Amino acid sequence: MKKEKHISRNEQYNIYVESKIPKTKSFPTLIWAFLVGGLICMIGQGISDGLMALFPNMGQEEASAWVSVILIFIASLLTGLGWYDRIGVFAGAGSIVPITGFSNSITSPAVEFKKEGIIFGLCVKMFTVAGPVIVCGLVISFLTGLIYLIF
Amino acid sequence: MLEMFLTYLKVFLVGGLICMLGQILIIKTKITSSRILVLFVCIGAVLEAAGLYDPLVNFGKAGATVPITGFGRSLAKGAIQGVKEMGFIGAFTGGLTATAAGITCAVVSAFIFGLIFNSKTKKF
Repeated sequence: MKKEKHISRNEQYNIYVESKIPKTKSFPTLIWAFLVGGLICMIGQGISDGLMALFPNMGQEEASAWVSVILIFIASLLTGLGWYDRIGVFAGAGSIVPITGFSNSITSPAVEFKKEGIIFGLCVKMFTVAGPVIVCGLVISFLTGLIYLIF
Repeated sequence: MLEMFLTYLKVFLVGGLICMLGQILIIKTKITSSRILVLFVCIGAVLEAAGLYDPLVNFGKAGATVPITGFGRSLAKGAIQGVKEMGFIGAFTGGLTATAAGITCAVVSAFIFGLIFNSKTKKF
């Protein structure tokens, strides 16, 4: 009897939580993710083409490094100003998947946890999201190199 | 002019589709954004190692390199490059060398803007 009551209370709580989770309307977010993601990539292509027109001896590799640096810097600034999160609200993965989302995932906790101190707040929390990305990426990168060496 | 339009259309389509794939995953599996980042980096690296990502870059240009899968691709490509040039030690140095600009810029700008800006209470 008592147990039943507990379960029902848990269920009530789950229903309550479910009702408080912000509902993402699936179809519009898909379109927005597509549009915003595509637009960010087009900006990247624009920067690349612009740089290669301005500096004719710049190679493809160098240009794409500049594209990353510029996009990451802009996204970091927008995150600091609090504007990037507003894009994220309606764009979803459109703002997460491009390289700008990686930058946002580093700057956002850095700004958020500054109040816990420069070293233990800002510097430590900076890698809460980016840490796993870099770890997994580097492990796969090493394995790729290793496999390439063997075969 | 038409060629340029077509290039940008391809960039838009490829970049948009990769992001839409992420959004489909978010809707279907309620996966968190950090796992999306990890997953996409891994997918990019594996595709590059299998030789499947380069054709996509040739077709979609920045549409394939700007999404985080392009970051994974650079990691794998760098490691292969490193092994070609320096042998075994290249497997250690290659990945970070290829992505050094991006990671350093992200960390430095996060540090600077972290110092400058204060977190705002979210109103939405």
